[in-house]
Amino acid sequence: MTDIIRLDGVSKQFGTVTGVDNVSLSVRKGEFLTLLGPSGCGKSTLLRMIGGFEEPTAGRIWLDGEDVTDLPANRRAVNMLFQDYALFPHMSVGKNVGYGLRVAGVAKREVEAKVREVLDLVGLADKFAAAPNQLSGGQRQRVALARAIVRHPKVLLLDEPLSALDANLREAMQVELRHLHQKVGLTFIMVTHDQTEALTMSDRVIVMRQGRIMQDGAPQSLYDLPGSPYIADFIGTTNLFTSRIENGQIACHGQALAIDAQAIRAGTQTFGFRPEKARLLPGDASGANLLRGTVSEVFYHGSVARIVVNLGPGQVLVDLQISDAAIGLPKAGAQVAVEVAPHKIMGFAAEDAA
Amino acid sequence: MSLAAAPSQVRTAPRARFSKRIRKLTDTWVWIGVATLILTFLYIPIVVLVAFSFNSSRSLSWPMTGLTLDWYRKLAENDQLIAAVQNSVYVAVSATILTLLIGVPAALALDRLEFPGKGVFRKLVLLPIALPGIVTGISMLILFRLMGFGLSLETVIIGHATALLAVVVTQVFARLQRLPRSLDEASADLGASGWQTFFLVTLPNIRTAVIGAGILSFTLSFDEIPVTFFLTGRDNTLPMYIWSTMRRGLTPEINAVGALIVAASILLILISVLLQRERTGQGR
Amino acid sequence: MTLPLRLRKVLMLSPPLIWVVLFMFVPYTILFVFSFWEQVYPTFAPAFQLGNYHTLISDPQYLRTLLRTIKIAALVSLFSLLLAYPYAYFLAHKVRHPALRQTLYMAVVAPLWVSYLLRAYTWKTILGTEGILNSFLVSTGILSEPSSIFLYNQTSMVLTLTYVFIPFMVMPIYAALEKIPRNLLEASADLGMGRTATFIKVTLPLSMSGVVAGFTMTFCLAFGDFIAAYLVGGPDGMMISNVIATQFGASLNWPLGSALALVMLLIVLAIISASDRFERMGKGTFA
Repeated sequence: MTDIIRLDGVSKQFGTVTGVDNVSLSVRKGEFLTLLGPSGCGKSTLLRMIGGFEEPTAGRIWLDGEDVTDLPANRRAVNMLFQDYALFPHMSVGKNVGYGLRVAGVAKREVEAKVREVLDLVGLADKFAAAPNQLSGGQRQRVALARAIVRHPKVLLLDEPLSALDANLREAMQVELRHLHQKVGLTFIMVTHDQTEALTMSDRVIVMRQGRIMQDGAPQSLYDLPGSPYIADFIGTTNLFTSRIENGQIACHGQALAIDAQAIRAGTQTFGFRPEKARLLPGDASGANLLRGTVSEVFYHGSVARIVVNLGPGQVLVDLQISDAAIGLPKAGAQVAVEVAPHKIMGFAAEDAA
Repeated sequence: MSLAAAPSQVRTAPRARFSKRIRKLTDTWVWIGVATLILTFLYIPIVVLVAFSFNSSRSLSWPMTGLTLDWYRKLAENDQLIAAVQNSVYVAVSATILTLLIGVPAALALDRLEFPGKGVFRKLVLLPIALPGIVTGISMLILFRLMGFGLSLETVIIGHATALLAVVVTQVFARLQRLPRSLDEASADLGASGWQTFFLVTLPNIRTAVIGAGILSFTLSFDEIPVTFFLTGRDNTLPMYIWSTMRRGLTPEINAVGALIVAASILLILISVLLQRERTGQGR
Repeated sequence: MTLPLRLRKVLMLSPPLIWVVLFMFVPYTILFVFSFWEQVYPTFAPAFQLGNYHTLISDPQYLRTLLRTIKIAALVSLFSLLLAYPYAYFLAHKVRHPALRQTLYMAVVAPLWVSYLLRAYTWKTILGTEGILNSFLVSTGILSEPSSIFLYNQTSMVLTLTYVFIPFMVMPIYAALEKIPRNLLEASADLGMGRTATFIKVTLPLSMSGVVAGFTMTFCLAFGDFIAAYLVGGPDGMMISNVIATQFGASLNWPLGSALALVMLLIVLAIISASDRFERMGKGTFA
């Protein structure tokens, strides 16, 4: 059995509010799993239940084959990287990192050796004696990380680890955390509301909504094969529209499009395509599967421009790669055509198209 | 100030600008006057108290007749007074320790635990802040009488500890509220037991609040009359002794005691200011 | 060694809980019960009768003392407010230098650390017939002979109690004023409001919670005061606490004293809950 964590029908009620609703999942040893979802979706509560900070109202939690549901946090071989780092302000960096070893009764000399080793790993070997408030945000995070991994937990939990950092640092830390994961070979479970972070860093992403698992899969499969309109729009951007199917054709805001038979499911009503998978052509272009309209707005992003095309009853977004722009950057009001290849159109089972 | 740069004011005639400066100047002086007035009101009596402890005449009237240390010498020979000081130290130290032992867990419970009756518990604990000491005093007097307890310095200690609980709880609770909950969780996460977390993480971080509350409790207990009045047996505390002396007549001896208390108070104030400074210096 | 969470909870909670029940809840309950007992001179006997409360209402001296106490406490709060508000405002909005501000704040709070008894006592030495004020006025020729008007009346009570309790007014008002964001005042000025208008429309409402807290505190403290009356009050300055003390001392009528104390407790509770309600109301509007 290589599942390090197994959740079996775990629920958490806060009074009458359901925080987590009957969640079952398992995590493989050494995996980097991310729980992704908007705030209030229950992802943090789930993480805190794994850590032992909340008691589930129903269900069992297994850690490495042992039922830990009733064990308090200090008896679980799981460590957490807290959102606010939770560094002890009255202790030096070395004392902070060595805390877990010290309370476990490890000999002083051994504590120091291990602390130095792990501080070296996170690149803070020279900060052993510094106080937490003398460190920068990024350094504090590394100290918290060192403190959390020094005891070689079976699982490292990361609660929105990058949210307190500014944009530049955040990107660097994404890379670092990923490298660290590969280097130390621990199982990581991260919680974030940032889809880019989730896609970049993890082996597997679980999207949650209203206390439930919406979809579970590798980043690429989530992006390419979203299981619902919600996921399609939550991860990346998707032009969503509803239509009936007639003779293998659908209508996008009143204009006909052909789609592949495999996208059609029983009762399919919602369709979508991603802005970067459509092509923007001049207004006089001719061909199949074209949507004709006028440019209403242009958002320039550097390598890419996102064009808002008005189709009359509705709008679609199209991304234009500046490098291979066949028509240059269009101006608002220009007549354009949007080419959507049939196999680029996704079909969803009829459900909530929120 | 920010207004000075507004376009409408730029063109103000020099005369108007001048009168504005005058107004601002008088403004400043009016404020300084107000502050001085209040500080004078607060400090003249204390200055008078100390000054007359050195007055060579027995009567407390203007002008002072000359300087002497006689009154302090008399204090040193006053056995009753010395006994009262000893009693007060005993009461204040015991009451402070007791109220800290009960108040710190009470504050922790109010901050971290959910339990039935929490609202009533909080209201009861905090009540003595606004509740006249006399009500605490007589209600405990009746209790001790019904239980058949004789009155003594120990009953005074229990009374003080109860009345001062509110002080400790408010101060420690306020600090706990500013202490991120995640510190406790991080400690548990790293394998520490509840006791280890309390002694290694929580207590060090609320240390200055606990010490500050302790100093304040000590001062208040040392100075307490209403509760003591009803709960003491034959032993007098210092304020009770001073009070009974006062009712017999005013003497510079009382001023001398007062001056010493002022000196001690200044010391305690300095300690608590230093504690505060350490806290802000620690950052967080 | 890890105890289950629930046991730890009980361990943490039980000492304070037992203490509060034993020394607060039980005594207040007994006080309540006692107020229905009967005096059987020189002691008292269990009973359930409203005689004590009847005495409080029918004998005018009790009502008169109660009203006088309320009046004195209200005047003390009022004068404290009139002195404390400008000072707190000055500190919070006029003093720019943080160290100076801290010092001036401490200067007001510091007297609290000096014995309350001695601070009240000094006023007795200042205001008395042979006191410092009289001898000063006589020696400068303003008065031809010492006057007795300064001491043993309600004025001296109000003066002394205001002096003693004013820090309790400054602290919450300063805290409230300091919390008002500077940019709110700037925004108000930017919108063309004058200084007076800004004060009335912005500063005053936002500092109201501090005013109410300070008023509650000084009122309750002055209302329950027990010592100043003996020192500077005289017969005309006797407070309700002094009457209660007499019942427990010379008169040996503990049940009547308990009834009086209960009335006092109820008044204080009413004031606290009124001030609580005000604060909650304020939060509703400003949050």
